[in-house]
Amino acid sequence: MREIALNILDIAENSVKAKATLVEITVTAENNVLTVTITDNGVGMSKDFLERVTDPFTTTRTTRKVGMGIPLFKDAAEMTGGSFGIESEPGRGTRVTAKFVLDSIDRAPLGDIADTAVTLLAPGIDFVWVYTVDKRSFTFDTREIKAELGDIPIDSPEIISFLRNLLKENIESINGGITI
Amino acid sequence: MKSIADIKAIRDKMQARIVNRDNSDAELETRIVVGMATCGIAAGARPVFNEFVDLVAAKGMHNVKVTRTGCLGMCKLEPIVEIFVPGEEKVTYVKVDPDKAKEIFTRHIVGGQVVSEYLIGEQ
Repeated sequence: MREIALNILDIAENSVKAKATLVEITVTAENNVLTVTITDNGVGMSKDFLERVTDPFTTTRTTRKVGMGIPLFKDAAEMTGGSFGIESEPGRGTRVTAKFVLDSIDRAPLGDIADTAVTLLAPGIDFVWVYTVDKRSFTFDTREIKAELGDIPIDSPEIISFLRNLLKENIESINGGITI
Repeated sequence: MKSIADIKAIRDKMQARIVNRDNSDAELETRIVVGMATCGIAAGARPVFNEFVDLVAAKGMHNVKVTRTGCLGMCKLEPIVEIFVPGEEKVTYVKVDPDKAKEIFTRHIVGGQVVSEYLIGEQ
């Protein structure tokens, strides 16, 4: 993946497939570490599946028996000198945590979080994004947006375009002129 | 800077439109479906998805929806885009990028003509 944001998109798509109704994503950059957590309330994984989930030949999909999302995210974090962890419980959900050493030459850029966040918008699932850089923080909660929208679908193209601009402006403000 | 409060203006504008719609509109909805599994994402599906969203929003086409789907089983041909126009056969475009998305939107979604050079059989 060219951006860590694409890994996040890929893992969050797993939460969608796991029938989650709420996915919380935190992106925190401080003390030379970029920490990404993705927590969902989906169906979770059995202990046996969890033990094999970082194996590229473990997958739930039926089109091809290859599952690269988790292994790619794990490698992307570990090659920077960071770490990767995944916890899951059937019926309760899954949490994925990846830590990247910020100044590692092997770290991919964080990439476009705004584009990633709006790609995931859908009526039947909520996302809470918490984006923090050196204690400056921005929270984007689709439950608040949906409350404002009423019966207008959150995935209407006009709404997606508006929310992307809102996210870009806020993230740029939090970044304070630096590129992560 | 934009805030969530600004969304009320867009909501009011869209609500006025919804009141004027009748039930037959749902059956007339065109769907642009972008493959968004690991293979699609790695190949560039996200900018393709967002390009279609911006084009539909800019044109104000209220009967066109842009959605995602999982792996379509042809990873080497990603990004893959399927177009569902009511009453017509599904059309599958492969190896789509944002420039091709613009062309597909203009010629197929707006103009009603399939862009044959980007079809699955042509790649």
